[in-house]
Amino acid sequence: MSEDTNAKSMSIIVTKGTLDWAYPPFILATTAAAMGLDVTMFFTFYGLVLLKKDLNLKVNPLGNASMEMPMAGMHMAMPNILAAMPGATALTTTMMKNMIKKKGVASIEELRDLAIEADVNMIACQMTMDLFEYKREDMIDGPSVGGAASWVEVATKSDINLYI
Amino acid sequence: MADQVLDAKGLNCPLPILRTKKALKDMPTGATLEVLATDPGAVKDFEAFCRTTGNELVSSNVNGTVYSFVIKHTA
Repeated sequence: MSEDTNAKSMSIIVTKGTLDWAYPPFILATTAAAMGLDVTMFFTFYGLVLLKKDLNLKVNPLGNASMEMPMAGMHMAMPNILAAMPGATALTTTMMKNMIKKKGVASIEELRDLAIEADVNMIACQMTMDLFEYKREDMIDGPSVGGAASWVEVATKSDINLYI
Repeated sequence: MADQVLDAKGLNCPLPILRTKKALKDMPTGATLEVLATDPGAVKDFEAFCRTTGNELVSSNVNGTVYSFVIKHTA
């Protein structure tokens, strides 16, 4: 982060930590950084798991009527009653990860590394750390720990502010 | 002929852009980079990338399923 440049800037509040919802914030952060913007990501609530050293992200279609998987030339949705069964999360996660690999989509680990490499400023929400009893050592080294005021300060100076 | 070629075939958004940025960073001003990609979304994205960063999009072509972008590192 360069404080003295005239670069445009973007901040993102990251609130979701499932395998699918981890994508939009990291894709936008890395792309904006590549396009010369100063980027800040504020990880709060379920978004905080995206800063853990060991990412073990999962996805489950339960209650998500829009989640269809391409299968045998068509799209199939998993009925809620099946999505609620034991093993459904593991199955859906494996299917999604296979699809991600097959389609040349980056992994979240890769995008996160690229974000760090691009000097994206990451802030972990202190309150969420306390609430869910996460330790600083569970998290990757880079991010600072801060609260709402830390984001507001960045947001007031940012050209783009997103909540995901 | 471009000074350097980046093969981003098979990669999906936003990887072709991210790899391009990485390659440009290590290239001298005025040098040209040819990026090969198969992501159809890259056409619009490379135009946007170049407009925003100030690098020059010298050419944008498609040959079958492979897109080719020549970018001059000017910014």
